[in-house]
Amino acid sequence: MDNTFLQTFKIQGGNIYNAGKASTEIKAILKQLGINARIVRRVAIASYEAEMNVVMYAKQATLTFEVSPSQISIIVDDEGPGIPDVSLAMQEGFSTATREMREMGFGAGMGLPNIKKNSDYLKIESVIGKGTKVIITLNVN
Amino acid sequence: MLLSSISEILQCDIFCGKEQLSMPIEFGCASDLMSDVLAFSQSGALLLTGLANIQTIKTAHIAEINAVILVRGKKPDISMIAFATEKKIPLLGTRFSMYEACGLLYKIGLDPTMERLKCENENG
Repeated sequence: MDNTFLQTFKIQGGNIYNAGKASTEIKAILKQLGINARIVRRVAIASYEAEMNVVMYAKQATLTFEVSPSQISIIVDDEGPGIPDVSLAMQEGFSTATREMREMGFGAGMGLPNIKKNSDYLKIESVIGKGTKVIITLNVN
Repeated sequence: MLLSSISEILQCDIFCGKEQLSMPIEFGCASDLMSDVLAFSQSGALLLTGLANIQTIKTAHIAEINAVILVRGKKPDISMIAFATEKKIPLLGTRFSMYEACGLLYKIGLDPTMERLKCENENG
């Protein structure tokens, strides 16, 4: 692969039934690009968790997906309430999820830790009342 | 072990993926928490769950779960079956409880895919 691949997705908050569309598409694109299967799975999981966070907590978001010969990056920039304490949110088991989210099998406080586990670099920037930006990067090699 | 053998042992109904029953299954996992499935499962596993909604299949697709079995008589809705069909993930159902279904599969040697959490003082 010589060129950089770039695509953006819009994620709508609130509708849990539509959650996962962007990540499903990202997974298909990475497979088509011939990326190593283990890396494809890690990217898909990190992206899916980030997408679920938007659906569960934010109003909307833009997901920017970029693949270069050396790395894959996913930036999820949302309009939402923001995260008051990022280090607390990174702890396994910490959750502010509603009953509806939990009934769908999510909201167990595994989202951000799971994104970290499946990425090589993770940065979270959050402003209360404005939104959260999650930057996920994985090395291709 | 083949999915067809698992289906027989658990006396499964097959909601979709009948043509994939000859698929080999090496290990299994069981959870109603999709975040746990994403965090701790391995590619190619069988998932037993009581969570009968489309999010289960979306999670299975992302985590590369080979097949899903709904426990304790849970029935999938049309959207769940349609998505499983589209993603070629066999979707089955058993009347056994989660505990019984796991026990039966463990007894015949289906390995777990999720790692056991180590105690803090446990070495290695």
